[in-house]
Amino acid sequence: MQIKLTVNGKEYSHDVEPRLSLTHYLREVLDLTGTHIGCDTSSCGACTVLLDGRAVKSCTLLAVQADGCEIITIEGMANGSELHPIQAAFKEEHGLQCGFCTPGMVMTAADILKNNPTPTEAEIRHGLEGNYCRCTGYHNIVKSVQRAAETLNQ
Amino acid sequence: MIPTKFDYKKASSISEAVALLKEHGYDAKILAGGHSLIPAMKLRLNSPGVLIDISGIEGMNKIEEDGDAVIVGANCTHQQIASSGLIQKEVNILSQTASTIGDVQVRNCGTIGGSLAHSDPAADYPATVLACDAQIVVEGGGGSRVIAASDFFQGIYTTALEDDEIIVAVKFPKVRKGSYQKFYQSASRFAVVGVAAVQAPDGGIRVGVTGVADTPYRATAVEAAYDGSSSAASHAVDGVEVMSDHFADAEYRAHLAKVMARRALEAL
Repeated sequence: MQIKLTVNGKEYSHDVEPRLSLTHYLREVLDLTGTHIGCDTSSCGACTVLLDGRAVKSCTLLAVQADGCEIITIEGMANGSELHPIQAAFKEEHGLQCGFCTPGMVMTAADILKNNPTPTEAEIRHGLEGNYCRCTGYHNIVKSVQRAAETLNQ
Repeated sequence: MIPTKFDYKKASSISEAVALLKEHGYDAKILAGGHSLIPAMKLRLNSPGVLIDISGIEGMNKIEEDGDAVIVGANCTHQQIASSGLIQKEVNILSQTASTIGDVQVRNCGTIGGSLAHSDPAADYPATVLACDAQIVVEGGGGSRVIAASDFFQGIYTTALEDDEIIVAVKFPKVRKGSYQKFYQSASRFAVVGVAAVQAPDGGIRVGVTGVADTPYRATAVEAAYDGSSSAASHAVDGVEVMSDHFADAEYRAHLAKVMARRALEAL
Protein backbone atom coordinates (compact mmCIF):
# COMPACT_ATOMS: atom_id res chain seq x y z
CA MET A 1 0.00 0.00 0.00
CA GLN A 2 1.22 3.48 -0.86
CA ILE A 3 1.80 5.76 2.13
CA LYS A 4 2.87 9.37 2.32
CA LEU A 5 4.10 10.94 5.54
CA THR A 6 6.42 13.56 6.93
CA VAL A 7 9.33 12.46 9.11
CA ASN A 8 11.50 15.08 10.79
CA GLY A 9 10.21 17.69 8.37
CA LYS A 10 10.93 15.68 5.24
CA GLU A 11 8.22 14.16 3.06
CA TYR A 12 8.41 10.49 2.15
CA SER A 13 6.29 8.24 -0.02
CA HIS A 14 6.71 4.45 -0.09
CA ASP A 15 4.85 1.34 -1.07
CA VAL A 16 4.77 -0.79 2.08
CA GLU A 17 3.31 -4.08 3.20
CA PRO A 18 0.38 -3.49 5.62
CA ARG A 19 2.08 -5.61 8.30
CA LEU A 20 5.20 -3.41 8.40
CA SER A 21 5.40 -1.70 11.79
CA LEU A 22 6.15 1.99 12.00
CA THR A 23 9.38 1.16 13.89
CA HIS A 24 10.59 -1.11 11.10
CA TYR A 25 9.59 1.49 8.53
CA LEU A 26 11.64 4.17 10.32
CA ARG A 27 14.63 1.92 10.98
CA GLU A 28 14.82 -0.18 7.83
CA VAL A 29 13.19 1.87 5.09
CA LEU A 30 14.27 5.36 6.21
CA ASP A 31 17.45 4.16 7.95
CA LEU A 32 16.56 6.18 11.08
CA THR A 33 17.95 3.73 13.61
CA GLY A 34 17.76 6.10 16.58
CA THR A 35 14.29 4.69 17.30
CA HIS A 36 15.04 1.49 19.18
CA ILE A 37 13.22 -1.81 19.42
CA GLY A 38 13.14 -3.13 22.98
CA CYS A 39 10.24 -5.32 24.07
CA ASP A 40 8.42 -5.01 20.73
CA THR A 41 5.07 -5.33 22.56
CA SER A 42 4.32 -1.73 23.65
CA SER A 43 5.64 -2.06 27.19
CA CYS A 44 9.16 -0.64 27.28
CA GLY A 45 8.82 2.64 25.34
CA ALA A 46 12.23 2.44 23.59
CA CYS A 47 10.44 2.90 20.24
CA THR A 48 8.61 6.10 21.25
CA VAL A 49 8.25 8.77 18.56
CA LEU A 50 5.98 11.79 18.22
CA LEU A 51 3.04 11.26 15.87
CA ASP A 52 1.23 14.52 15.15
CA GLY A 53 2.86 15.86 18.32
CA ARG A 54 1.87 13.02 20.67
CA ALA A 55 4.20 10.35 22.07
CA VAL A 56 3.33 6.90 20.70
CA LYS A 57 4.97 3.48 20.75
CA SER A 58 5.90 2.95 17.13
CA CYS A 59 6.26 -0.83 17.54
CA THR A 60 2.50 -1.02 18.06
CA LEU A 61 1.52 1.08 15.09
CA LEU A 62 1.52 -0.05 11.51
CA ALA A 63 3.29 2.18 9.03
CA VAL A 64 -0.01 2.35 7.10
CA GLN A 65 -1.70 3.87 10.17
CA ALA A 66 0.78 6.75 10.00
CA ASP A 67 -0.23 7.59 6.42
CA GLY A 68 -0.70 11.35 6.18
CA CYS A 69 0.83 11.98 9.61
CA GLU A 70 3.75 14.02 10.80
CA ILE A 71 6.41 12.14 12.75
CA ILE A 72 9.35 13.34 14.79
CA THR A 73 12.01 10.83 15.80
CA ILE A 74 15.05 11.37 18.01
CA GLU A 75 16.98 12.33 14.86
CA GLY A 76 14.61 15.27 14.43
CA MET A 77 15.20 16.78 17.86
CA ALA A 78 18.62 18.42 17.54
CA ASN A 79 19.12 21.51 15.41
CA GLY A 80 22.21 20.54 13.46
CA SER A 81 24.97 20.09 16.02
CA GLU A 82 22.99 21.94 18.68
CA LEU A 83 21.25 19.49 21.01
CA HIS A 84 17.57 19.95 21.80
CA PRO A 85 17.20 21.28 25.38
CA ILE A 86 15.83 17.89 26.49
CA GLN A 87 18.85 16.09 25.00
CA ALA A 88 21.22 18.66 26.54
CA ALA A 89 19.57 18.15 29.94
CA PHE A 90 20.03 14.36 29.71
CA LYS A 91 23.73 14.99 29.00
CA GLU A 92 24.13 17.48 31.86
CA GLU A 93 22.28 15.40 34.46
CA HIS A 94 23.80 12.05 33.42
CA GLY A 95 20.32 10.88 32.41
CA LEU A 96 21.74 7.92 30.53
CA GLN A 97 24.05 5.03 31.17
CA CYS A 98 23.91 2.50 28.34
CA GLY A 99 21.69 4.86 26.34
CA PHE A 100 19.34 2.24 24.90
CA CYS A 101 16.19 3.72 26.44
CA THR A 102 17.27 7.34 25.90
CA PRO A 103 15.60 8.10 22.55
CA GLY A 104 12.28 6.90 23.94
CA MET A 105 12.79 8.79 27.19
CA VAL A 106 13.54 12.02 25.32
CA MET A 107 10.49 11.68 23.06
CA THR A 108 8.16 10.93 25.97
CA ALA A 109 9.67 13.84 27.91
CA ALA A 110 8.81 16.06 24.93
CA ASP A 111 5.15 14.99 25.21
CA ILE A 112 5.11 15.48 29.00
CA LEU A 113 6.61 18.97 28.78
CA LYS A 114 4.41 20.05 25.90
CA ASN A 115 1.27 19.29 27.92
CA ASN A 116 2.64 20.35 31.28
CA PRO A 117 5.56 22.81 31.07
CA THR A 118 6.08 22.82 34.85
CA PRO A 119 5.61 19.22 35.99
CA THR A 120 6.23 18.12 39.56
CA GLU A 121 8.61 15.25 40.19
CA ALA A 122 5.60 12.96 40.74
CA GLU A 123 4.07 14.07 37.44
CA ILE A 124 7.33 13.34 35.61
CA ARG A 125 7.56 9.88 37.17
CA HIS A 126 3.91 9.21 36.29
CA GLY A 127 4.53 10.50 32.76
CA LEU A 128 7.51 8.20 32.26
CA GLU A 129 5.62 5.08 33.38
CA GLY A 130 5.67 3.67 29.88
CA ASN A 131 9.46 3.89 29.49
CA TYR A 132 11.77 1.34 31.03
CA CYS A 133 15.42 1.93 31.86
CA ARG A 134 17.12 -1.37 32.57
CA CYS A 135 20.18 0.40 33.96
CA THR A 136 17.58 1.69 36.46
CA GLY A 137 18.86 5.22 36.04
CA TYR A 138 15.44 6.71 36.69
CA HIS A 139 16.60 9.17 39.30
CA ASN A 140 18.82 11.09 36.90
CA ILE A 141 16.31 10.73 34.10
CA VAL A 142 13.74 12.53 36.25
CA LYS A 143 16.33 15.21 37.08
CA SER A 144 17.04 15.57 33.35
CA VAL A 145 13.37 16.21 32.60
CA GLN A 146 13.24 18.74 35.45
CA ARG A 147 16.27 20.56 34.06
CA ALA A 148 14.82 20.45 30.54
CA ALA A 149 11.61 22.03 31.89
CA GLU A 150 13.66 24.83 33.47
CA THR A 151 15.58 25.47 30.24
CA LEU A 152 12.47 25.41 28.08
CA ASN A 153 10.68 27.83 30.43
CA GLN A 154 13.47 30.40 30.35
CA MET B 1 7.93 -9.97 15.80
CA ILE B 2 5.90 -9.64 12.65
CA PRO B 3 2.21 -10.49 12.18
CA THR B 4 1.00 -12.84 9.46
CA LYS B 5 0.02 -11.17 6.18
CA PHE B 6 -3.27 -9.31 6.02
CA ASP B 7 -5.13 -6.87 3.82
CA TYR B 8 -5.61 -3.37 5.17
CA LYS B 9 -8.81 -1.45 4.44
CA LYS B 10 -9.35 2.07 5.65
CA ALA B 11 -13.06 2.74 6.11
CA SER B 12 -14.22 6.29 5.51
CA SER B 13 -17.69 5.81 7.01
CA ILE B 14 -19.42 3.57 9.53
CA SER B 15 -21.58 2.04 6.80
CA GLU B 16 -18.48 1.21 4.75
CA ALA B 17 -16.88 -0.45 7.79
CA VAL B 18 -20.04 -2.48 8.45
CA ALA B 19 -20.20 -3.52 4.78
CA LEU B 20 -16.55 -4.64 4.92
CA LEU B 21 -17.26 -6.61 8.11
CA LYS B 22 -20.19 -8.32 6.41
CA GLU B 23 -18.10 -9.08 3.33
CA HIS B 24 -15.14 -10.59 5.17
CA GLY B 25 -16.90 -12.12 8.17
CA TYR B 26 -14.74 -13.99 10.64
CA ASP B 27 -11.59 -13.23 8.67
CA ALA B 28 -11.83 -9.50 9.49
CA LYS B 29 -11.01 -7.51 12.60
CA ILE B 30 -11.74 -3.88 13.34
CA LEU B 31 -8.62 -1.77 13.93
CA ALA B 32 -9.18 1.24 16.21
CA GLY B 33 -6.16 2.23 18.33
CA GLY B 34 -4.68 -1.23 17.82
CA HIS B 35 -3.06 -1.38 21.23
CA SER B 36 -4.52 -4.76 22.09
CA LEU B 37 -4.96 -6.12 18.58
CA ILE B 38 -1.52 -5.39 17.11
CA PRO B 39 0.46 -6.98 20.00
CA ALA B 40 -1.86 -10.02 19.75
CA MET B 41 -1.18 -10.21 16.02
CA LYS B 42 2.57 -9.87 16.52
CA LEU B 43 2.47 -12.70 19.04
CA ARG B 44 0.40 -14.64 16.46
CA LEU B 45 -2.40 -15.07 18.97
CA ASN B 46 -4.65 -13.55 16.36
CA SER B 47 -4.19 -13.67 12.58
CA PRO B 48 -7.01 -11.87 10.81
CA GLY B 49 -6.88 -11.82 7.02
CA VAL B 50 -8.32 -8.31 6.81
CA LEU B 51 -7.96 -5.28 9.07
CA ILE B 52 -10.66 -2.64 8.79
CA ASP B 53 -9.23 0.63 10.11
CA ILE B 54 -12.01 2.82 11.52
CA SER B 55 -9.73 5.46 13.02
CA GLY B 56 -10.28 7.95 10.21
CA ILE B 57 -14.09 7.92 10.27
CA GLU B 58 -15.30 11.46 10.71
CA GLY B 59 -17.34 12.26 13.80
CA MET B 60 -16.39 9.15 15.78
CA ASN B 61 -13.97 10.96 18.07
CA LYS B 62 -16.30 13.61 19.47
CA ILE B 63 -17.34 14.20 23.06
CA GLU B 64 -20.72 15.89 23.26
CA GLU B 65 -23.26 16.92 25.87
CA ASP B 66 -26.76 15.55 25.29
CA GLY B 67 -29.16 16.74 27.99
CA ASP B 68 -28.49 14.66 31.09
CA ALA B 69 -25.82 12.61 29.34
CA VAL B 70 -22.41 12.87 27.73
CA ILE B 71 -21.88 10.99 24.48
CA VAL B 72 -18.34 9.78 23.93
CA GLY B 73 -17.42 8.71 20.39
CA ALA B 74 -15.94 5.23 20.18
CA ASN B 75 -12.70 6.53 18.64
CA CYS B 76 -11.96 8.89 21.54
CA THR B 77 -8.56 8.04 22.98
CA HIS B 78 -8.01 7.49 26.69
CA GLN B 79 -5.99 10.70 26.70
CA GLN B 80 -8.85 12.65 25.12
CA ILE B 81 -11.26 11.27 27.73
CA ALA B 82 -8.86 11.90 30.62
CA SER B 83 -8.32 15.53 29.59
CA SER B 84 -11.84 16.50 28.41
CA GLY B 85 -13.20 19.41 30.45
CA LEU B 86 -16.78 18.28 29.77
CA ILE B 87 -16.13 14.76 31.07
CA GLN B 88 -14.15 16.06 34.05
CA LYS B 89 -17.15 18.23 34.95
CA GLU B 90 -20.04 15.87 34.23
CA VAL B 91 -18.69 12.29 34.47
CA ASN B 92 -15.49 12.83 36.40
CA ILE B 93 -15.13 9.15 37.28
CA LEU B 94 -14.74 8.38 33.56
CA SER B 95 -11.87 10.80 33.13
CA GLN B 96 -10.34 9.45 36.36
CA THR B 97 -10.62 5.89 34.99
CA ALA B 98 -9.09 6.80 31.62
CA SER B 99 -6.12 8.48 33.29
CA THR B 100 -5.18 5.19 35.01
CA ILE B 101 -4.93 3.19 31.78
CA GLY B 102 -1.51 2.01 30.62
CA ASP B 103 0.89 4.93 30.14
CA VAL B 104 1.09 8.21 28.21
CA GLN B 105 1.83 6.53 24.89
CA VAL B 106 -0.89 3.90 25.28
CA ARG B 107 -3.42 6.56 26.30
CA ASN B 108 -2.52 8.56 23.18
CA CYS B 109 -3.53 5.65 20.92
CA GLY B 110 -5.98 3.32 22.68
CA THR B 111 -9.70 4.09 22.31
CA ILE B 112 -12.74 3.51 24.49
CA GLY B 113 -14.59 1.67 21.72
CA GLY B 114 -11.62 -0.62 21.07
CA SER B 115 -11.18 -1.38 24.74
CA LEU B 116 -14.86 -2.20 25.29
CA ALA B 117 -15.11 -4.35 22.15
CA HIS B 118 -11.93 -6.22 23.13
CA SER B 119 -13.36 -6.80 26.64
CA ASP B 120 -10.18 -7.76 28.42
CA PRO B 121 -11.13 -9.08 31.88
CA ALA B 122 -8.50 -6.75 33.41
CA ALA B 123 -9.55 -3.62 31.49
CA ASP B 124 -10.52 -0.52 33.48
CA TYR B 125 -13.51 0.94 31.61
CA PRO B 126 -15.95 -1.94 32.26
CA ALA B 127 -16.15 -1.16 36.01
CA THR B 128 -16.99 2.47 35.31
CA VAL B 129 -19.30 1.76 32.37
CA LEU B 130 -21.28 -0.60 34.65
CA ALA B 131 -21.33 1.77 37.64
CA CYS B 132 -22.46 4.67 35.44
CA ASP B 133 -25.14 2.50 33.82
CA ALA B 134 -23.84 3.69 30.44
CA GLN B 135 -25.28 2.66 27.10
CA ILE B 136 -23.20 1.23 24.27
CA VAL B 137 -24.38 2.53 20.90
CA VAL B 138 -23.61 0.11 18.09
CA GLU B 139 -24.22 -0.04 14.37
CA GLY B 140 -24.35 -3.13 12.21
CA GLY B 141 -26.00 -4.85 9.27
CA GLY B 142 -29.33 -4.75 11.11
CA GLY B 143 -29.12 -1.00 11.75
CA SER B 144 -28.24 0.71 14.97
CA ARG B 145 -29.15 -0.31 18.51
CA VAL B 146 -28.28 0.53 22.09
CA ILE B 147 -26.95 -2.08 24.51
CA ALA B 148 -27.17 -1.51 28.26
CA ALA B 149 -23.84 -1.83 30.05
CA SER B 150 -25.27 -4.62 32.20
CA ASP B 151 -26.02 -6.67 29.05
CA PHE B 152 -22.82 -5.87 27.17
CA PHE B 153 -20.09 -7.87 28.93
CA GLN B 154 -20.59 -11.62 28.55
CA GLY B 155 -17.26 -13.24 29.39
CA ILE B 156 -13.53 -13.13 28.73
CA TYR B 157 -13.10 -11.22 25.45
CA THR B 158 -16.82 -11.79 24.82
CA THR B 159 -19.47 -9.11 24.39
CA ALA B 160 -23.03 -8.72 23.14
CA LEU B 161 -21.73 -7.32 19.82
CA GLU B 162 -22.92 -9.23 16.76
CA ASP B 163 -20.30 -10.22 14.17
CA ASP B 164 -21.20 -7.32 11.89
CA GLU B 165 -21.57 -4.68 14.60
CA ILE B 166 -19.25 -1.83 15.54
CA ILE B 167 -19.37 0.33 18.66
CA VAL B 168 -19.93 3.91 17.51
CA ALA B 169 -20.35 5.71 20.85
CA VAL B 170 -20.90 5.30 24.57
CA LYS B 171 -23.58 7.35 26.31
CA PHE B 172 -22.84 8.17 29.95
CA PRO B 173 -25.53 9.66 32.19
CA LYS B 174 -24.09 12.61 34.10
CA VAL B 175 -22.76 11.51 37.48
CA ARG B 176 -22.78 13.78 40.50
CA LYS B 177 -20.17 11.86 42.42
CA GLY B 178 -18.12 8.78 41.69
CA SER B 179 -14.75 7.16 42.33
CA TYR B 180 -12.65 4.55 40.57
CA GLN B 181 -10.13 2.71 42.72
CA LYS B 182 -7.63 0.38 41.17
CA PHE B 183 -4.88 -1.98 42.25
CA TYR B 184 -2.36 -1.84 39.40
CA GLN B 185 -0.60 -4.81 37.88
CA SER B 186 2.85 -3.34 38.42
CA ALA B 187 4.29 -3.99 34.96
CA SER B 188 1.34 -3.75 32.57
CA ARG B 189 -0.69 -1.16 34.54
CA PHE B 190 -3.80 -3.22 33.87
CA ALA B 191 -6.18 -3.59 36.82
CA VAL B 192 -5.57 -6.59 39.04
CA VAL B 193 -8.77 -5.29 40.63
CA GLY B 194 -10.73 -2.14 39.78
CA VAL B 195 -13.85 -0.90 41.58
CA ALA B 196 -16.03 1.99 40.42
CA ALA B 197 -18.73 3.44 42.67
CA VAL B 198 -21.16 6.22 41.79
CA GLN B 199 -24.06 7.93 43.50
CA ALA B 200 -27.26 7.01 41.67
CA PRO B 201 -30.03 9.59 41.13
CA ASP B 202 -32.38 7.54 43.40
CA GLY B 203 -30.11 8.18 46.38
CA GLY B 204 -28.47 4.75 46.28
CA ILE B 205 -25.17 3.77 44.74
CA ARG B 206 -24.04 1.65 41.82
CA VAL B 207 -20.85 -0.35 41.96
CA GLY B 208 -18.96 -1.95 39.04
CA VAL B 209 -16.06 -4.36 39.47
CA THR B 210 -13.39 -5.40 36.96
CA GLY B 211 -10.46 -7.81 37.16
CA VAL B 212 -12.07 -10.04 39.77
CA ALA B 213 -14.22 -12.45 37.76
CA ASP B 214 -13.98 -13.53 34.12
CA THR B 215 -16.75 -11.00 33.41
CA PRO B 216 -16.97 -7.53 34.98
CA TYR B 217 -20.02 -7.27 37.21
CA ARG B 218 -22.29 -4.99 39.22
CA ALA B 219 -21.64 -5.62 42.92
CA THR B 220 -25.35 -5.63 43.77
CA ALA B 221 -24.70 -7.00 47.27
CA VAL B 222 -22.61 -3.90 48.05
CA GLU B 223 -25.29 -1.64 46.56
CA ALA B 224 -28.01 -3.28 48.67
CA ALA B 225 -26.01 -3.17 51.90
CA TYR B 226 -24.85 0.44 51.47
CA ASP B 227 -25.76 2.54 54.50
CA GLY B 228 -23.70 5.65 53.81
CA SER B 229 -20.59 4.15 55.39
CA SER B 230 -17.99 1.95 53.71
CA SER B 231 -18.91 -1.22 55.61
CA ALA B 232 -20.88 -2.58 52.61
CA ALA B 233 -17.51 -3.07 50.86
CA SER B 234 -17.18 -6.42 52.64
CA HIS B 235 -19.81 -7.75 50.17
CA ALA B 236 -17.69 -6.94 47.08
CA VAL B 237 -17.29 -10.57 45.95
CA ASP B 238 -20.53 -12.07 47.32
CA GLY B 239 -21.71 -14.80 44.95
CA VAL B 240 -18.76 -14.27 42.60
CA GLU B 241 -16.34 -16.89 41.34
CA VAL B 242 -13.04 -15.06 41.88
CA MET B 243 -10.26 -15.49 39.31
CA SER B 244 -6.85 -16.78 40.25
CA ASP B 245 -3.62 -16.22 38.33
CA HIS B 246 0.10 -15.74 38.90
CA PHE B 247 -0.40 -12.09 39.95
CA ALA B 248 -3.07 -12.71 42.54
CA ASP B 249 -4.68 -15.91 43.78
CA ALA B 250 -8.42 -15.95 44.49
CA GLU B 251 -8.10 -15.24 48.21
CA TYR B 252 -5.78 -12.25 47.71
CA ARG B 253 -7.84 -10.93 44.81
CA ALA B 254 -11.04 -11.14 46.90
CA HIS B 255 -9.27 -9.20 49.64
CA LEU B 256 -8.13 -6.56 47.15
CA ALA B 257 -11.69 -6.23 45.82
CA LYS B 258 -12.99 -5.45 49.30
CA VAL B 259 -10.20 -2.92 49.94
CA MET B 260 -10.75 -1.15 46.59
CA ALA B 261 -14.54 -1.16 47.21
CA ARG B 262 -13.99 0.39 50.64
CA ARG B 263 -11.78 3.12 49.15
CA ALA B 264 -14.33 3.81 46.42
CA LEU B 265 -17.19 4.09 48.96
CA GLU B 266 -15.11 6.29 51.24
CA ALA B 267 -14.51 8.67 48.34
CA LEU B 268 -18.24 9.15 47.66
